[in-house]
Amino acid sequence: MNEGAAIWSDAILAAALTALYPVGLGGVRVRGGAGPARDRWLEVFRNCLPVTMSIRKLPPAISDGGLLGGIDLTATLQSGRPIVERGLLAEIDGGVLLAVMAERLEASTIAHLNAVLDAHEVIVERDGLSLRLPSAFAVIALDEGIDDEEAAWSLRDRLAFSIELGGLSQADLTAASYDAEDVQAARGKLPEVTIGDEFVETLCVTAVSLGITSLRAPLLAVRAARAVAALAGEAAVRREDVEAAARLVLAPRATMLPAPAEQQDTQQQEPDDSAQSDRDREDHTPLDEVILEAAQAAIPPDILKQIQDQTLNRRRSATSGKQGMTRNDPRRGRPIGVRRGELRAGARLNVLETLRVAAPWQPLRRKAKGASTDAATGRSRLLIEKDDFRITRFRQRSATSTIFVVDASGSSALQRLAEVKGAVELMLADCYIRRDEVALIAFRGTSAELLLPPTRSLTRAKRSLAALPGGGGTPLSKAIDAAAKLALAIRSKGQSPTIVLMTDGRANVSRDGQGGRAVAEAEAHEAARQLGATGIQVVLVDTSPRPQASAEKLAIAMHARYVALPYADAARLSRAVQAHVAAG
Amino acid sequence: MATAFPFSAIVGQDEMKLALMIAAVDPKIGGVLAFGDRGSGKSTAVRALAALLPKMNAVAGCPYQCDPDDKAAQCAECRKPSKGKAKAHQVPVPVVDLPLGATEDRVVGALNLERALAHGEKSFEPGLLARANRGFLYIDEVNLLEDHLVDLLLDVAASGENVVERDGLSIRHPARIVLVGTGNPEEGELRPQLLDRFGLSIEVKTPEDLPTRVEVVKRRDAFENDPAGFVAEWAKEDAKQRKRITAARERLGSVAVADALLTKAAQLCMTLGTDGLRGELTLVRGARALAAIEGAKAVGEAHLKRVAPLALRHRLRRNPLDDSGSTVRVERALAECFAP
Repeated sequence: MNEGAAIWSDAILAAALTALYPVGLGGVRVRGGAGPARDRWLEVFRNCLPVTMSIRKLPPAISDGGLLGGIDLTATLQSGRPIVERGLLAEIDGGVLLAVMAERLEASTIAHLNAVLDAHEVIVERDGLSLRLPSAFAVIALDEGIDDEEAAWSLRDRLAFSIELGGLSQADLTAASYDAEDVQAARGKLPEVTIGDEFVETLCVTAVSLGITSLRAPLLAVRAARAVAALAGEAAVRREDVEAAARLVLAPRATMLPAPAEQQDTQQQEPDDSAQSDRDREDHTPLDEVILEAAQAAIPPDILKQIQDQTLNRRRSATSGKQGMTRNDPRRGRPIGVRRGELRAGARLNVLETLRVAAPWQPLRRKAKGASTDAATGRSRLLIEKDDFRITRFRQRSATSTIFVVDASGSSALQRLAEVKGAVELMLADCYIRRDEVALIAFRGTSAELLLPPTRSLTRAKRSLAALPGGGGTPLSKAIDAAAKLALAIRSKGQSPTIVLMTDGRANVSRDGQGGRAVAEAEAHEAARQLGATGIQVVLVDTSPRPQASAEKLAIAMHARYVALPYADAARLSRAVQAHVAAG
Repeated sequence: MATAFPFSAIVGQDEMKLALMIAAVDPKIGGVLAFGDRGSGKSTAVRALAALLPKMNAVAGCPYQCDPDDKAAQCAECRKPSKGKAKAHQVPVPVVDLPLGATEDRVVGALNLERALAHGEKSFEPGLLARANRGFLYIDEVNLLEDHLVDLLLDVAASGENVVERDGLSIRHPARIVLVGTGNPEEGELRPQLLDRFGLSIEVKTPEDLPTRVEVVKRRDAFENDPAGFVAEWAKEDAKQRKRITAARERLGSVAVADALLTKAAQLCMTLGTDGLRGELTLVRGARALAAIEGAKAVGEAHLKRVAPLALRHRLRRNPLDDSGSTVRVERALAECFAP
């Protein structure tokens, strides 16, 4: 079987298993754009489902109301008692939710989905309603993200399978080997299938060897192994079922490659329970190896590449969740919902929602206020109170603050300083257009000074730049400390800081203000390492006439992008930094 | 509600279990915040706690399940002198879920919609805060909750009272709740101002050693195959824990705290540079509850040391030059203060 056909056969198996045990396995993430392979897979999946089971789409921009349910206002007003409109999450009970463009789902939508996947019930506390509705379903997440853009981790963690259909050719798409009847028959057998303890252990060992920390992974793998056995008509899980489970559930979650075999042995011997006999252990190590090998062979190529590339960017990708980098602003961005609120400056009243909220209370208020029918028209007026006001909330991408750290020491010749000033001015103009904030730190002599706290004022920035004198030592460690401190403060306000450090990397003044290149450089390196640990985006521009090894080393320590710019004019420098900031 | 996983059957997670036990013994501790990895079973522990807590005595028919023996903490209705001796019954301690997407009216309570529509009359429909009175309010993914709701909850939790003014209705009712929040730091951080207002904070980590992981998966699997049987198997162990909570609550008032120990606590907080007195108070309170749980007559240094990371780690100022975690910093300060 060639590689594509093997992927397809596993994808079909995942479809059959999900159809067989939708609630236990959670579902499938399908990676790759729309195309014949995905259509074909969805068709296979549908054919595995009993006809009674419904599939419904989850639109990426669904509102909380649509998801969870709420009051059906029209019906409520007509009947004079609260009528509940069930949301999608309750409606889908016993079916399958098809999340199209899963990479674009809102964080709140993901959280609701996760809550129901965990508890198997929808809890609604909205619009005067308090309900608990049981709901169990599987999710098919169609993840069309490109490169880094992916469906949320927390959702993927709860779905047993992840398949990649992007690279398949027409020839790979062989006929499906399961249909609804097979699945139906297997579903009856599933509760009786047993799994040996050694297999549970093997799946745990394999998960650890592949660097999978979440405990949901081995748990889902155990359930998957059971389902594979049931599908094959077996009463107990066999080795090949465990192998399939490891391939399908664990391989796509791998974050590292297993250590070489001899290390593996020593690792396994320590935790082994003393109660286990040596004979047991001998049997069990080869089993682990077989399963691990099967899983390792099935790691999708893109994940394999990620694992191999991740030496430098690992920490950053782990901490800089994109979802955390958006913030709420009263006026701009994309509307993300409404809340009760007062009409303060800048708040935008949502008239429709306000009326919706006020509507049910009208008879009550009329009664309380006496007849308030307008005598002239004979029509009653709506009685709106302060509590009814609903404000539209917006979310925008968080503002970016660029911190320029400029080396104004003697070693950066005065000529270079002028170029840097010119470049910073150009970038300032650009930041001004994008409404980004800019801060400026200069260092020379024995100190680093914050010349310009984060601002959008172009004139202020220009003025403080023009007044920047040059000459003196290079207190690089102090400069990096100051930049890190400012960047952390900016980040804690919910904005995204970027540091642009312009230096030749030749530190010669240490934190205590003493000269001495060796100490100063060691300190600068240490400061750079600590800055790197924060995950803040840094661009290091080497401004020395010849690219310096010390500057490059510094860049590596702070996980920075390194730009060597000997003899650049202001415009080129500005373009280069812009390109690097935009790429991050 | 589905059967909860038994508390005693939870493998590892000692800190999480300890914090929940402390909160169960002394609700005034000020809430528990648990942040941690995906799939590490934060929610499991909280739901397990609900099944573990001993039942409490409550006024029958009271929407706030007032304590019949504690006049001061009762709602206006129960306090009315005309009522005489109220009928009491045993109810489970409420552990109420605050689901994401909950609207403010359901959290604090609002006018009863049904009665307003059908009869045109105003009556108060108690919200989640009322339902959680004398118990726990559990917020999963607390970092995704709207900021204004988090503010409101912390306010109520601190004052022990919920005040609702709506449509000319003014209601004031007791809301003595222990907030339990869980979240995943990768999905957004909690504002530092809010962090500080939780009493204890826990970093939940997925166990790394293999035997523990295997045990977790095995137990979970066994539970899912036969929930009732699994719960029965652990019922005895859970009953033991329940007794420990009851005994510790009775003992709590009589646990002594020596002045020398208070000095130590203050010293520790000063070394760490925590802001305000809240950290110090929580530290002493937590240590006392722990001593009560362990059946000690007085708080010892060991108790203080065990509670210190939970009570203090979320109150440290971020130091940009120190990239070691806050737990490490607390441990370092402990070593410094308790040096022989």
